[in-house]
Amino acid sequence: MSLSIERLSVAYGARKVLNDLSLPALPSGSLVALVGPNGAGKSTLLRALAGLEPMQGRLSLEGQDVARLAFAERARRLSYMPQQLPPGIALGVLESIIAGLRVSGAEQPAALAFEALRQLGIEHLAEQMLNSLSGGQKQLVALAQLLARNPQVLLLDEPTSALDLHYQLRVMDAVRERVHGQRLLAIAVLHDINLAASHADILVMLSQGRIVACGTPHEVLQPELLAEVYGVEARVERCSRQRLQVLVDRALP
Amino acid sequence: MTQALSADAAQAASRYRRLLWRRTWLVLGLAVLLVLAVLGDLASGASGMGLGQLLHGVFDPGSLSATERVIIWNVRLPYALMAVLVGAALSLAGAEMQAILDNPLASPFTLGVSSSAALGASLAIAYPLGVAWLAPSLQVTLMAFIFACLSVLLLQFMARLRGAGVQSLVLFGIALVFSCNALVSLLQLLATEDVLQQLVFWTMGSLARADWNKLGMLAVVLLLVTPFSLRAAPAMTLLRMGEDRARSFGVDTRRLRHASLLRISLLSATAVAFVGTIGFIGLVGPHIARMLVGEDQRFLLPASALVGALLLALSSIASKLIMPGVIVPVGIVTALVGVPVFVALVFRRGRNL
Repeated sequence: MSLSIERLSVAYGARKVLNDLSLPALPSGSLVALVGPNGAGKSTLLRALAGLEPMQGRLSLEGQDVARLAFAERARRLSYMPQQLPPGIALGVLESIIAGLRVSGAEQPAALAFEALRQLGIEHLAEQMLNSLSGGQKQLVALAQLLARNPQVLLLDEPTSALDLHYQLRVMDAVRERVHGQRLLAIAVLHDINLAASHADILVMLSQGRIVACGTPHEVLQPELLAEVYGVEARVERCSRQRLQVLVDRALP
Repeated sequence: MTQALSADAAQAASRYRRLLWRRTWLVLGLAVLLVLAVLGDLASGASGMGLGQLLHGVFDPGSLSATERVIIWNVRLPYALMAVLVGAALSLAGAEMQAILDNPLASPFTLGVSSSAALGASLAIAYPLGVAWLAPSLQVTLMAFIFACLSVLLLQFMARLRGAGVQSLVLFGIALVFSCNALVSLLQLLATEDVLQQLVFWTMGSLARADWNKLGMLAVVLLLVTPFSLRAAPAMTLLRMGEDRARSFGVDTRRLRHASLLRISLLSATAVAFVGTIGFIGLVGPHIARMLVGEDQRFLLPASALVGALLLALSSIASKLIMPGVIVPVGIVTALVGVPVFVALVFRRGRNL
């Protein structure tokens, strides 16, 4: 299974947000991070993939044109996770996942929902109210909502923004584990370039609505590119555990 | 998922089933309370006719004097049933509004649906169309209905404007309330004394306008709308977790909103057109229901309808007891009771968020 993007464009009126993007086929079993400065079009690209923005171009999943899929079928196969669950909802954790399963007509939704929670190691939260959870726990629940529906592609919009260090890692570890274990494809917008470097298999760097680099973190993260795209002077070094680290020294004038 | 479900998961599923049963019982309990309140409503009134006498009269009309018959069939029964239907309609409309506009302060009253209905009705009262085939009272109802629908459409339009957030929507609703009230006042200023009396009376929501035709129409609207509401309930539960999330789960939120707005217009416009402005039921009903059964809309929607009906039935009893011998328009009662509840809600919300 792979997802390929050919000549994708998104425009708001006359303003082109994404301009003619093409990517080599993204294979299942990989975690793809979309990185780039603010306003580069990362979230728009993700939303376009999810069918939330009108787009031009061709998107194919397993060689099949995604635009031809029925709305519900597309939603089942490509599952999108918005940044955060809104506050103030009087729903329990388990029933919030069941609600997602019910609209797609799954059998035994309660048991499936529980399994999804367990696979993320948060089954003890099943009977709590969403409102009583921390931001990180909520994000894991949101991930469980997605995973319970058994999608092929996970589209995650800044899944770790507003999370503390512990939950940044837990959410990204959970995503990576599921992606590798179940041969899913995950595409995540990530702000933290080091988190992207440590967790992603493929980095796609966007700038001003165009793709400027695509490859392994090692290939993409080059000081010259970071200077050009982000306007920073940075070093890319391996730490004592051989992990790639981007060390930003200063903003370029 | 193909693997066999574990014992834990089966247990979680059975606990969830028990939760659903508990909610079902709560909803049924509300229905029982409602029946009791309606009996209380039937039993109270200026004529002093008791419940036993009244029920006896209903099942054996031959035993009644003419006066008693009028009291039972033209006053007590229509009042009590109207309270139930209007309360249910307003509260159900409020619950749907709060869900689709993602706003806990949304209700037909606070967002100006009632006020625009009042404006429509006032226009029809002050300047009746000279059409023979449309009775004046029907014209009033029809105009109230049309204006209520227009206000919902306006709200929908505002909600769609880019950058119009939750706050600005509420502000827009308040603006609508004030503008409509101002225009109604203007009509009142220009009206003759006779018309003025009708105008003022209309704007005070009152069950005294109840009759069997209106009851029938409102019942039909409720019966028509409720199945569609319940069918949309699972998708609305998802919508509560965010528009994008619902869409990405395969919910066509545009269609959901449009259908829901249609239901809201029908419910609130019919209710308001028949009895005038009755505030706060549509706001408070869903909130009380939410505290009882949570936000699974399959339970919240029926519970909201029942709580609304219960509140209005209780208000109707109160409206007869406040001043002996006088039936205070029930709109005044709900506003008086509603204001403290509203304030309490705002404070509670302030703490939680």
